[in-house]
Amino acid sequence: MYQYNHNDQILIEERVAQFRRQTEQFLKGEISEDGYRALRLRNGVYIQTHAPMLRVAVPYGVLNTKQLHKLAHIARTYDKNYCHITTRQNVQFNWPKLEQIPDILAELAEVQMHAIQTSGNCMRNTTSDHLAGVGIDEIEDSRPYCELIRQWTTLHPEFDYLPRKFKIAVSGSLNDRAATQFHDIGLHLVTNDAGEIGFKVLVGGGLGRTPVIGQVIKPFLDKKHILSYLEATLRIYNLFGRRDNKYKARIKILVRETGLEKFSKLVDAEWALIRDGLEVSEARFDAMKAHFEPLNYDKKAAENITFARYKKENKAFETWVSYNTLEHKIDGYRVVFLSLKAPDTPPGDLTAEQLDAIADLAEIYSFGEVRSTHRQNLVFADVKQADLFQLWQLLSVEKLATPNIGTATDMICCPGLDFCSLANAGSIGIAKEINELLEDLDYLHDIGDVNINMSGCMNGCAHQSVGHIGILGVDKKGVEWYQLTLGGSSANEAAIGERLGRALPKNEITQAVGTILEVYIQQRLEEESFLDTVKRVGMEPFQEKVYASH
Amino acid sequence: MQVIKNQQLIDNHWTFLTDDAPLVAGNISVSFARFQQEKAQLVAHNGNLGVRISPTNAVSELVADLPQLALVELDFSDFADGRSFSQAYFLRNRYGFEGEIRAIGSYLADQAFYLSRVGVNAFSADNLPQTQATLNDFTVFYQ
Ligand code: HEM
Ligand code: SF4
Repeated sequence: MYQYNHNDQILIEERVAQFRRQTEQFLKGEISEDGYRALRLRNGVYIQTHAPMLRVAVPYGVLNTKQLHKLAHIARTYDKNYCHITTRQNVQFNWPKLEQIPDILAELAEVQMHAIQTSGNCMRNTTSDHLAGVGIDEIEDSRPYCELIRQWTTLHPEFDYLPRKFKIAVSGSLNDRAATQFHDIGLHLVTNDAGEIGFKVLVGGGLGRTPVIGQVIKPFLDKKHILSYLEATLRIYNLFGRRDNKYKARIKILVRETGLEKFSKLVDAEWALIRDGLEVSEARFDAMKAHFEPLNYDKKAAENITFARYKKENKAFETWVSYNTLEHKIDGYRVVFLSLKAPDTPPGDLTAEQLDAIADLAEIYSFGEVRSTHRQNLVFADVKQADLFQLWQLLSVEKLATPNIGTATDMICCPGLDFCSLANAGSIGIAKEINELLEDLDYLHDIGDVNINMSGCMNGCAHQSVGHIGILGVDKKGVEWYQLTLGGSSANEAAIGERLGRALPKNEITQAVGTILEVYIQQRLEEESFLDTVKRVGMEPFQEKVYASH
Repeated sequence: MQVIKNQQLIDNHWTFLTDDAPLVAGNISVSFARFQQEKAQLVAHNGNLGVRISPTNAVSELVADLPQLALVELDFSDFADGRSFSQAYFLRNRYGFEGEIRAIGSYLADQAFYLSRVGVNAFSADNLPQTQATLNDFTVFYQ
């Protein structure tokens, strides 16, 4: 993974000192409420229903064991012993005290972590594919490019007060696992006819209130121009993005109102003036790539035979392998998912004890590295097949081996009414009910690949609009109601879910999800997935059954 | 009144004339609108000339006039309006303006460092010491 140099370290330490000073000045009344709000947001600090919330950046989802132990320590010392993995691969603490946040940031800086630009109207943490460097469908490892972009976005003096937040995601694989089509800028590593690596650039995607699929603005951008093209796009957005209405301030609205073609011309005109001065040299790419060299893999890993035997002998292990592990680029290795969706815990939460245990296991079994995923799970990217049986047992002890990755109980779920002041309805409670409904593992596995995404309000933190099944909390005179959508997806075949019908009250929503899954089972053809079935049969069969009793 | 210029506290040598104020000798700055209307008289007046611009003004319209100007003031009515940062970038980097670029109005003291990095070299503020201190918050950067 990327190793900080002296200057990287100085920068985050100076940032901590700056925020400590700002917080002290605020508490003494020397900085206005509004002013401090802008400053604290740019350091990941939100003020929530119960307490401030701190969002810590995990650049493109990569963590080492030292960092995990530090997160555990922070959860124990400054919070209620747990933290939360977000849909943009970051980590959130829900209960820190404002006065202590500078100390937390100082502790994070000791392990090369920070919360810079994890909220506020600025360029956010760059996210990527959790399988970068190990996926079998990879064109090129996205991490060196992500790091380059991380550095360029960090404390960029011109673009810290944008009309609205700005998110960049990078995918280096054939299959998009980073929801790049729903980012302000999505970058896909691609190869042109001459075999050169570059980027397909998408612009104007986003979720939230107005979900929009990003459009291709550059089918092929030579990689040496990546920073100049980003700079040109950001400059046009900074100057022309709407500032009169915060719901119309994202770049997606600017692109829509200007038209892609005209927007693209504006960017190109700006780009032409800066690109020669901002070229990224091969040497700089190489230096970045050197941080992400292939690991020291065991060449004989594939010779192991116990893995096949354990799978045959132990049904539970075999099930876990088939749901929670994936093929790896290197023969004899597999990618292991740690499910943060155990039936009785809020999706995406981790306790301090789990964090410590995960760090220790990663040290032994996966080169000391862990990744966070867009669907709020963790990944050990490089596990020898010979170690899987043992690792499975150890993960089971920590409740991290629920064999449900990609299934209906691998839900994305926002904090909802339990923690969020903006919520219309609860979501954690519904997630629990759905878990109880789908308790039978054989049934869950028979249903197969279904993404349920559930948000407590229109802001859509849990990406309900791109859930195969989306659940959105709506408010009806102070009562919790839920709107269902079907057919959304944030993968290659990006789609925004379609409304099923009128909203349902709280006591009917879980049953409605159950009914939808039953209709799928009845309607599907052979191996057809939920999403494909919805596409083929449309909404009617689902509407008929869900609203039948009314 | 004092201002910060090139990291130093100095006395302010500039007067802003409102749009209906009579022209006076000395260092004066005027609004972008007034400058567009009375360019000839303003350039001919006895003293240096500055223009005060808001985030909505297109700095590209000033390019031809920059040699006549000694000061451009970036007037913040809302610190969250980041267009001024790009305006400063254009003036200093794209158009090569060598005069004073001064931040005025309701920007945050804590924005001064970023402003200095995009070409602003003077600051007018109520809290000058606080503003001046932030200019040294960082000794390293990526861009
Ligand atoms: C604890 C209380 C939380 C509050 C008050 C909150 C608030 C908000 C608001 C107001 C927005 C809308 C911003 C916009 O429209 O541009 C938003 C978006 C978002 N939130 Fe949260 N959030 C919370 C927790 C979370 C959590 C736990 C996650 C991670 C699972 C999360 C992930 C996101 C994401 C990814 C978006 C962006 C959607 C997009 O792409 O536009 N939020 N949040
Ligand atoms: S979706 Fe709404 S309820 Fe859920 S966390 Fe976001 S703002 Fe809160």
